[in-house]
Amino acid sequence: MTSLTPGQTIGEFIRETGFATWNRYAAVNDEFVPIHMDDEAGRAAGYDGAFGMGNLQWSYLHNLVRSWIGPRDRILEISCQFRRPNLKGTLRASGKITGVTETPEGAIVDLELSVVDASGAVTAPGTARVLLANG
Amino acid sequence: MSLVSPTMRAGVGSQIARRVSHRISAGDIRRWAIAVYWPEEPPMEFVAEDEALVAPEEFNPFAWHMAENEVHPAASAVSKNDPDRTEKQLGIDGPGLRFMLNGGMKAVYGERMRMGDVITSVVRLGPYTEREGRHGPMLISITVDTWTNQRGQHVKTVESTLIRY
Repeated sequence: MTSLTPGQTIGEFIRETGFATWNRYAAVNDEFVPIHMDDEAGRAAGYDGAFGMGNLQWSYLHNLVRSWIGPRDRILEISCQFRRPNLKGTLRASGKITGVTETPEGAIVDLELSVVDASGAVTAPGTARVLLANG
Repeated sequence: MSLVSPTMRAGVGSQIARRVSHRISAGDIRRWAIAVYWPEEPPMEFVAEDEALVAPEEFNPFAWHMAENEVHPAASAVSKNDPDRTEKQLGIDGPGLRFMLNGGMKAVYGERMRMGDVITSVVRLGPYTEREGRHGPMLISITVDTWTNQRGQHVKTVESTLIRY
């Protein structure tokens, strides 16, 4: 990564979400909650059907950032808000640089993140700070 | 009238739970990575040979069972879906609101988790904030979960926001 400029994008992490992704996540996180597994339970909660776990969107944001920095650099901080339910369909996680600070250890880069659903609505805005080590 | 009773206010900073994970296995890490990257293959560092494995930062070693789980005696009777669960885990009454939502999370990371690590989590009640929302009075509460490994190194601190109304 040679030039780091505020506004520069960091790529995307895209997944088609639904029971195939949610059930796999439930299996590793022991998160078998009816609203994530049953359309009727989702409708009873006031939504159009079942919806995905916020924690899985949290993982997607980490996947996005990790794929940009690579295996040798570090995520220092990451945050997100859960604004809307992730109903079945495409989720697109993306981000851009908002700041760069050079330090003796390397460049600390601040990022603005978001997860957007198929309708274009932001389901999970967030931020991250990463350290891109020297050398 | 405030949703935060004097007892709730006094509970801020109290320990809600202390959990100790089982030793993290290679299979735990690989299965987690496969699930969160599915249907594509995870990066090699999450499925590599055992010695090279590192866990994704958001990996949860407490998901299915724990080696130790110290909670208030009142906590075992509290449903996961009870909006007052946060306070009841401390043995105090909650605000009695009907609905709750996961508002978001903030994590600060330290040492990575690797195969063989044993993680200790200490969860404390953080501050309360009150707001007027679309559905009436809203209570926002924070829990602070600090993880360390078997060497006492900081792994992460996660602040989770619970919205109740």
